[in-house]
Amino acid sequence: MSRNDTTQFGPPRPAPAWLGWGALLFFLFTQVYAVVTSPADAMMGHLQKILYVHVPSAWVTFAAFGVVLVASIHFLWKEDERADLLAAASAEVGAMFCGLTLIQGMLWGRPTWGVWWSWDARLTSTLVLFLIFVGYLALRSFVEDPHRRGQWSAAVGILGAINVPIVWMSVRWWRTLHQIQSDPREVAPVFLRGWLLNVAAFSLIAVWFIWKRYEAARYERAAEHAAQAAALGGNNG
Amino acid sequence: MTMKRSKWGALAAVGVLVMAFGWLIYGGLDSNVVYFLTPKELAAKGVEGMDKPVRLGGQVKPGSVVWDEKALDLRFTVTDGTSEIAVHSKGAPPQMFKDGQGVVIEGRYGKDSVFKSTSLMVKHSNEYKAPEKGERPSEMYKSLMKSSGS
Repeated sequence: MSRNDTTQFGPPRPAPAWLGWGALLFFLFTQVYAVVTSPADAMMGHLQKILYVHVPSAWVTFAAFGVVLVASIHFLWKEDERADLLAAASAEVGAMFCGLTLIQGMLWGRPTWGVWWSWDARLTSTLVLFLIFVGYLALRSFVEDPHRRGQWSAAVGILGAINVPIVWMSVRWWRTLHQIQSDPREVAPVFLRGWLLNVAAFSLIAVWFIWKRYEAARYERAAEHAAQAAALGGNNG
Repeated sequence: MTMKRSKWGALAAVGVLVMAFGWLIYGGLDSNVVYFLTPKELAAKGVEGMDKPVRLGGQVKPGSVVWDEKALDLRFTVTDGTSEIAVHSKGAPPQMFKDGQGVVIEGRYGKDSVFKSTSLMVKHSNEYKAPEKGERPSEMYKSLMKSSGS
């Protein structure tokens, strides 16, 4: 049994409701703002609007998997169960946004590139990233012992997170169909404002999601410990 | 003591996995996965590059596009600035296809030195610009919607 199981930390700090509502309202505002204030792009017309969900989704994916990396290393090092639960919450949110990024990209690719999908390095590496974290979540549900589950999933989480810089650099390391990252200087200010505002809004939503999932995971884990203690007959440890 | 040892063991295992994984990615992908060949590279392969599925990437040479709307027959030249290859494609190209546009074409380079396309993809730039005066992006939008709806 781990030395620092969550029973000794008391209840988690609840995610404040104002953060959730604030993130939602801010997101609605930034979406409307971005769409209303930006003209059609010179090349692709109003299809450019997909930028306002695709790029923020990708950014949130990378950030969430970054949290998985740090929390997983922290768990292996300190054996603090809370880090394992934070990694799990972030992996879940990251996987969801990664899936969204892929779908939005396909919807964008069909009318601009002419194809839904192509096996270039950016698309392939993003799909691999998504599948690794789907695997991560599956692994967690297969392993019964919480401590072993934490160790195994931390290893997978670290391996998965290593893919993030590979996905990011893929458009520069290899020839791809996907264009390279847009430098803010190459994006007209009229598009840039809505873009950055939406990155902020998506980030807030992700923080809310992760916090909420982490809170739930803490209670689940407390119940797990209680059940274990009951099975052992009374006193825990 | 045993706790310490298992911790270091787990970290070492992760370290080994990470290195193996990194080697796979870098060693494997870097040398083998070339998404497309430039006209110069494909031409340099000679007969070896012919009659097998490859991707060809470059720019549409301005003025080279010949489009037969009735037969849905498209001919153009792809260039990388130094070499060029003639391309023959069936079917309507993506709406963003035009002179000077970056393209990636799947198909086979025939013995007749014409690249027969099975799939034509448009590569778009990372720049976003508001339309200049006189440009009509709204019409572009309509035609794009029409083509993607079909």
